[in-house]
Amino acid sequence: MSTKDEAAAIEVLSVEKTYPNGTQALLPVDLTVNAGEFVTLLGPSGCGKSTLLKMMAGLLEPTDGRLLLWRKPVAQLDSTGRKLAFVFQEATLMPWARVSANVRLPLDLAGVPRAEADARVAEALALVGLEKFGNSLPRELSGGMQMRVSIARALVVQPDVLLMDEPFGALDEITRNKLDSDLLELWARKKLTVVFVTHSIYEAVFLSSRVVVMAARPGRVVDEIQIEEPLPRGPLFRVSTTFSRYARTLQDSLQRASGEAVV
Amino acid sequence: MKRDGALTSVSTAPVVSLPSATITARNTPWLARTEVQRIVYPAMLAVVLLAIWQAAVTVFKVPAYLVPSPLNTAQTLVTDAPLLFSAAAVTLKITLLAFAAAVVLGTLIAFAFVQSRLVETALFPYAVLLQVTPIVAIAPLLIIWIKNPTASLVVCATIVALFPVISNTTLGLRSVNPGLLSYFKLNRATRWQTLLRLRIPSALPYFFGGLRISSGLALIGAVVAEFVAGTGGTGTGLAYQILQSGYQLNIPRMFAALFLISALGVGLFAAMAALSSWALKGWHESEASDE
Repeated sequence: MSTKDEAAAIEVLSVEKTYPNGTQALLPVDLTVNAGEFVTLLGPSGCGKSTLLKMMAGLLEPTDGRLLLWRKPVAQLDSTGRKLAFVFQEATLMPWARVSANVRLPLDLAGVPRAEADARVAEALALVGLEKFGNSLPRELSGGMQMRVSIARALVVQPDVLLMDEPFGALDEITRNKLDSDLLELWARKKLTVVFVTHSIYEAVFLSSRVVVMAARPGRVVDEIQIEEPLPRGPLFRVSTTFSRYARTLQDSLQRASGEAVV
Repeated sequence: MKRDGALTSVSTAPVVSLPSATITARNTPWLARTEVQRIVYPAMLAVVLLAIWQAAVTVFKVPAYLVPSPLNTAQTLVTDAPLLFSAAAVTLKITLLAFAAAVVLGTLIAFAFVQSRLVETALFPYAVLLQVTPIVAIAPLLIIWIKNPTASLVVCATIVALFPVISNTTLGLRSVNPGLLSYFKLNRATRWQTLLRLRIPSALPYFFGGLRISSGLALIGAVVAEFVAGTGGTGTGLAYQILQSGYQLNIPRMFAALFLISALGVGLFAAMAALSSWALKGWHESEASDE
């Protein structure tokens, strides 16, 4: 593993997770995510992909191994001057607060002055195309729009790393494809480092610069596949032979892994 | 794919058409509106029941010292108005003081429970003990111990009204969306920030549910305490008027006092419902107007 890479944003060093009841959620994983990469963790339910992502964010403690963000342990992220943002499976918005207040939340928590915060909120809402919805309540928005608010809330902190835990999993396919395209554009424009969790092969091929294939029971990394397709990736890419070839490779990899699984 | 910016070409039509409820209200006939029906239907039922009651009392010539007619009760309500309404004011004062004390105490206890499992484990059985011990059994002691009659009645009523506030608010403060809680943790929110910005707003629907129950219980507590205090109490509350009317076989006055107690209870419930609706309207399912 290229842990000595200067551009390494996230280093996962023999990280494993065993729950107190003895369940092995994740066998030791080694993984490096370089700055500016779009890495997708792909695998079936129970393969530990969300667990790994949550450990990267510091939301879960690994049982063993080390997790570094810009060479520092996750808990010392502040000392690196870098910012991390997390987008959950659900929009996790405060239902009582208007869209602008929801997006402003991380800035309020960090004590950013109101005027500066408001300017950044407006900018983040514009990035996700919701500039006219600052005064709406979350329940007045569709699922896709709520997820956009959640992404705006992540972008408002001007993150270097964006961790996304199956963010579009609950959305219909059309909305999901749309948000995938938009996310990809945003990633390229903002030069973000993204780690994206999904169980959709097609989403993984469309979005990623690299796909990390995982398998369940016990959760482990089984393969890493580079997606060489250049940007921008439009709707035509989804119906191209290259896309199908990548999808097939990932499909085979997942099937091989499930064949080896201890059921 | 050419676009001016990322994530900008959104189908931004709001999904919930909020004005729909207003439009419906404007076009539907007056009596078909839910809010009108909610008042008119029970009122119609009340008129029918009162008419049957009045007719039964008149036809069967039931003496007023057994069951007074609604008209007789209404008459008494007017003739004894100074006495009854001043008694109602006393009961209301005790109820409100007890309710306020229960809300403040209950909320503070709930905050303590949520901040520390140790505190909750140590104190919760005693909160339950207070709830399950009948107030009629404790009231005589409290009335002996506390010299000030009003204070003793308020303490009794507070004990009755306290538990729903504690249990509902604790439940609410704990019923936080786990994703949001993780989000706060991720953003290194302090305990205070999490309480103010997340736990308290999340708890509001539960808290208001607790207030509805507690306001009614405060009234029950006040009335029961007045009963126990009897002549030894302030002697001017509605319960005392009921006791006195019973001794004097002035049953119409007893009915009138009973009516006032019920009216106070309904009024308190309605006030709490309105408060809840005002605070939660727009964001919480329980008060949503557009469904």
